[in-house]
Amino acid sequence: MLSIKNLHASIEGNEILRGINLEVKAGEIHAIMGPNGSGKSTLASVLAGREEYEVTEGEVTFKGKDLLDLAPEDRAREGVFLAFQYPVEIPGVSSTNFLRTAVNQVREYRGLEPLDAVKFLTLMKEKMKLVEIDQKLLSRSLNEGFSGGEKKRNEIFQMAMLEPTLSILDETDSGLDIDALRIVSNGVNQLKSEKTATIVVTHYQRLLDYIVPDFVHVLYKGRIVKSGTKELAMELEEKGYDWIKEEVDSQATV
Amino acid sequence: MSTLTKQDSFSSLIEAAPKNFESVRTLAKVSYLAQGLPAVKAEEYKFTNISKKLEQKITDFSPALPFAVTAEHVKSAVYEGFDGDILVFANGNFLPELSAKIEGIEVSLLSEKSELALGSIAKPGKDAFAALNQATFQDGIFISVPKKAQVEKPILLLSFDQANGGQLIQPRVWIEVGDLSEVTFIDQSISLGESSYFVNEVVEVKGGVSSHVHYYRIQNEGKNVIEVSTIEADIQKDSTFNSVNISLSGDMVRNNLNLNLVGSNSEGNMYGIYLLNGKTHVDNHTNVDHTIPHAESNELYKGILADQSRGVFNGKIFVRQDAQKTNAFQQNNNILLSEDATVNTKPQLEIWADDVKCSHGCTVGQLDEEALFYLQARGIDKLQAKGLLLHAFAGEVLEKIKTESFREYCDSLIQERLGSKF
Ligand SMILES: Nc1ncnc2c1ncn2[C@@H]1O[C@H](COP(=O)(O)OP(=O)(O)OP(=O)(O)O)[C@@H](O)[C@H]1O
Ligand SMILES: [Mg+2]
Repeated sequence: MLSIKNLHASIEGNEILRGINLEVKAGEIHAIMGPNGSGKSTLASVLAGREEYEVTEGEVTFKGKDLLDLAPEDRAREGVFLAFQYPVEIPGVSSTNFLRTAVNQVREYRGLEPLDAVKFLTLMKEKMKLVEIDQKLLSRSLNEGFSGGEKKRNEIFQMAMLEPTLSILDETDSGLDIDALRIVSNGVNQLKSEKTATIVVTHYQRLLDYIVPDFVHVLYKGRIVKSGTKELAMELEEKGYDWIKEEVDSQATV
Repeated sequence: MSTLTKQDSFSSLIEAAPKNFESVRTLAKVSYLAQGLPAVKAEEYKFTNISKKLEQKITDFSPALPFAVTAEHVKSAVYEGFDGDILVFANGNFLPELSAKIEGIEVSLLSEKSELALGSIAKPGKDAFAALNQATFQDGIFISVPKKAQVEKPILLLSFDQANGGQLIQPRVWIEVGDLSEVTFIDQSISLGESSYFVNEVVEVKGGVSSHVHYYRIQNEGKNVIEVSTIEADIQKDSTFNSVNISLSGDMVRNNLNLNLVGSNSEGNMYGIYLLNGKTHVDNHTNVDHTIPHAESNELYKGILADQSRGVFNGKIFVRQDAQKTNAFQQNNNILLSEDATVNTKPQLEIWADDVKCSHGCTVGQLDEEALFYLQARGIDKLQAKGLLLHAFAGEVLEKIKTESFREYCDSLIQERLGSKF
């Protein structure tokens, strides 16, 4: 579904991603871990199409299409969804209006009829139940004054509404209390199928108890330096990143 | 007296001024001649060279004549959903036969009210154009709302302007609102034709004690209209005056809005949007004068500027020594959509009292890229995402319009301009 080959990207002349290779197939869940500043969010942003990042080398295909060639909105319409690490507050834009615009533009691109107000509301109610999000939140401006956890939950709610094929969750677990973590994970698990794939960026092994990954990758200094299965996450939880850093850094100096 | 006989484009207009309101006109004439048209370096008109604009665009410095407006004109011009009473004007001249008779409210031509103290609120000494209007206006309208009147439906002041010879239109409005009354005015002009002409409007509002006046104004006239307006109100004890001004079009527009808080516990609110494109130039000069203790003023103007448009904001807050316990807030925010658009914004605070709460701020920026990306990442195309954000930006001012139908009308014009419906 997603194939990343030798991806290099920089911002303001600083190279952040330095040769990422990753294959994600339909039905799979990949976890990406790694120390702060290693480039996890950068990778997520580049995949979603953030223009500030310049891709200097490499290629990314999504369902056979050149992903890097598409505008951010077209990537979303093709089925890429990024749950932001820091969702933006947008005062004055009503959550409902925003979602309806988004859902209908995505539907239009996919050749589906737009949803009328009634159908949209029905869909919204159904998905709200799934992620147990309060109606009151959605009657406010988009993310405005939401708590950290509420913002994260809203991301998953949007994901449920847009029905993506590839979801990238950037630290969606950070800032969630235990109940919210369970609810959000439930949501993710219910939305997954053999036609969809998920990339979860996380620092915590505990999330992976809920969303069980098929593969775990460690990103460090802009490269995937280690890949394994969920046991790798446990090992990292126990030992931290030092041993990996040492391994990589010693190789680099040779 | 030689300095008082200075010749300029308006000299013959002044010579030919009507003979009524003699003392009022003489006073204004002296004041006009003393001030003259603003010179290039004039501080108050530093960014808005209206004198030059007039010289370039106006060929016939004589009053535009009233013309025949039909009931059909009126019907087709009134915005959808309007529910209220309409007073109709042609080139600034009130047309009683086409206008509503509003129950309990006195409406007449100014010429029928020759004892009025015109210029006692919008004093001619403050501004040359206010003086020019007072010296030379042809006729105007007098509106009086009695005491204890809750006028529920808005009154639409609907002007049709057609000055094909590039002439002058000088509306003059005097509004009195009795104690304990509330009334809403909507001020709208329609250009018939695309030619240049000059509108120089003066509106004076004399509010009673515990009165509440809402004055909404939309400027969406022809692209070639040059306009100066002066709206000035005295706000008495326990009273409010709410002004919302929406500017969408014109060649060069200068709005002078002056609120005088003269009674305690009074409130003056000034809100505005200027959404400009092409080469439109809009200058909002506001002045709130806190003369007494315990009064409040709130101000929020927002600008969205595309193409080579230009916005000017100058917000004066004057707090006199006696005006303790004043609350005065002012904010001006601008978004530039093009590299060729410019904004000059200047808060001007003069505070002589020591126990006051004043705040002011201004910003000039671009659209929030992060917010834009967030919306795009959800599948919303860039143009529409921009529209959503700009609409939200303007929304904070729009929501100050309490007349729902008018708010929706302005909203639809703004959405249309921003290129999408939400
Ligand atoms: N404009 C910029 N100029 C230079 N460096 C930048 C810029 N923006 C981001 N970076 C750097 O890019 C690196 C990668 O950042 P990124 O946000 O991708 O890290 P991350 O792996 O997601 O970290 P975290 O776990 O803290 O979320 C960081 O070192 C960051 O400081
Ligand atoms: Mg990150």
